[in-house]
Amino acid sequence: MSDTLAGFGLGMRRPHYRSYIDGTAPVDFIEVISENFMIAGGKPLDTLMKARRNYPLALHGVSMSIGSADGLRDDYLRELRRLVDLMEPAVVSDHLCWTRIDEFNSHDLLPLPYTEEALDVVCRNIDRAQEALGRRMLLENPSSYIAFPGAMTEWEFLAEMTRRTGCGLLLDVNNIYVSAVNHGFAASDYLAGIPMDAVGQIHLAGHVKGEHLLIDTHDQPVPDEVWALYRAATALAGPVPTMIERDDNIPELEALCAELDIARSIAADERIAA
Amino acid sequence: MSLLALQRNFRDWLVTGEDSSAAALGGGPGTAVYQNNYRTALVSSLAETFQRLVLWLGEDGFEAAAARYIDARPPSSWTLDAYGEDFTDFVATLWPDDPEVAEIALIDWTVGQVFVGPDADALRPEALAVADWETAGIHAVPSLLVLPITTNADAIWQALATAEPPPPAEMAECGAALLVWRQGLEPVFRRAEAHECDVLAWSAAGEGFAAVCARLADTLGEEAAVTSAGTLLGRWLAEGMIAAVG
Repeated sequence: MSDTLAGFGLGMRRPHYRSYIDGTAPVDFIEVISENFMIAGGKPLDTLMKARRNYPLALHGVSMSIGSADGLRDDYLRELRRLVDLMEPAVVSDHLCWTRIDEFNSHDLLPLPYTEEALDVVCRNIDRAQEALGRRMLLENPSSYIAFPGAMTEWEFLAEMTRRTGCGLLLDVNNIYVSAVNHGFAASDYLAGIPMDAVGQIHLAGHVKGEHLLIDTHDQPVPDEVWALYRAATALAGPVPTMIERDDNIPELEALCAELDIARSIAADERIAA
Repeated sequence: MSLLALQRNFRDWLVTGEDSSAAALGGGPGTAVYQNNYRTALVSSLAETFQRLVLWLGEDGFEAAAARYIDARPPSSWTLDAYGEDFTDFVATLWPDDPEVAEIALIDWTVGQVFVGPDADALRPEALAVADWETAGIHAVPSLLVLPITTNADAIWQALATAEPPPPAEMAECGAALLVWRQGLEPVFRRAEAHECDVLAWSAAGEGFAAVCARLADTLGEEAAVTSAGTLLGRWLAEGMIAAVG
């Protein structure tokens, strides 16, 4: 039976597998990249099964391609449903982006134009995915490096998307910060436009400063600006399960748990303030 | 521009890197970020899949081969792990006079596939005692794969995997093959013994063990065939290669 996601978690990454299998990692839940476990069998699935006994699980996808103009792939949905049935996760999520068109798969989270046409496509695809999976999904706001002319802002698009489909939001605070700097909008406007009652999970991560743009790399500690934005988001959203994504340059588990303690502290401050 | 047209333009930019495709997306430094992300992710994925080939070719040689592969074979599968599926055949065309290169790649690829292949418990030896050997056949674990090889790529691969100096490439004896399977959760491989591939192939085709022994007797004579098949069966049991008898 699926657990409920609550508290503070981490992305389960290979250097720390033993702590999750043993159940000694001091976290409230774990998240994994769905596609890494959409496989027939073997050690990765065995590891996840063992960790799953100790922690509530979030499945976070990167290849559904919810924004593809030519729809979703049946084989992908079948394999994801198989994993969902096997693992009974508390949350299943993917990104507001597209990764595939026709027979080409970019393996990157590519930006959408925020147009009425794209909104129709995304909502149609979410409806299909939620039906195929038999459950509500969360969709994550992306970081982006190109902004196309559109009829609405990203937060207006997200708000309408949740209203039409009933999906929830995975609010990535680092992505808001990265895109706000790259495209010159105010992160506070973004947060004010988000339907906070739809937010089911929050992601935190780090980024690097490129020559022209901020790049969402998940290879750095969460920086002060993102912590400040997390404080603002928490004040608006209330208690939301929160986790740190670290995909590269991965430190010891203790270092990540110390970062997670900062998130706990900020969330506690905002609860007291409320 | 329709969403479909925009997405196809974006694909063209990632695949070709041509300025005209970038211009159709509005140009600017963001397009270069996506181009870099696309190629970096594919090279990293190939390097992760073909770890021993990277060591054999060196990073520069491997990355040059990967770059040509990315140009020639844009990815289509939803899982990045599948991207290297055609890489073995591709490197065979790049090093036609060095067959060990493609065979090292083939071992890398196959070991990776076996690692995430279907699960099956290995048969316990006591199960043999209750089998009806008049009709029973041997069913190998589903992860088992047979790879014909022409070089000593297996010895090179093992040396590279254990950070030992690899032997020079040389040709293998005619008809050599590797058996690759999973013992529990760990992939393993070894050279097939004489007649072992035949016995496995006949068994996989549904022939009972008695029939397999009879076919083997056509080559070896009855007594040697029974001895040989029994020795193979014992070895397979000890190595966790059999899932069922029946």
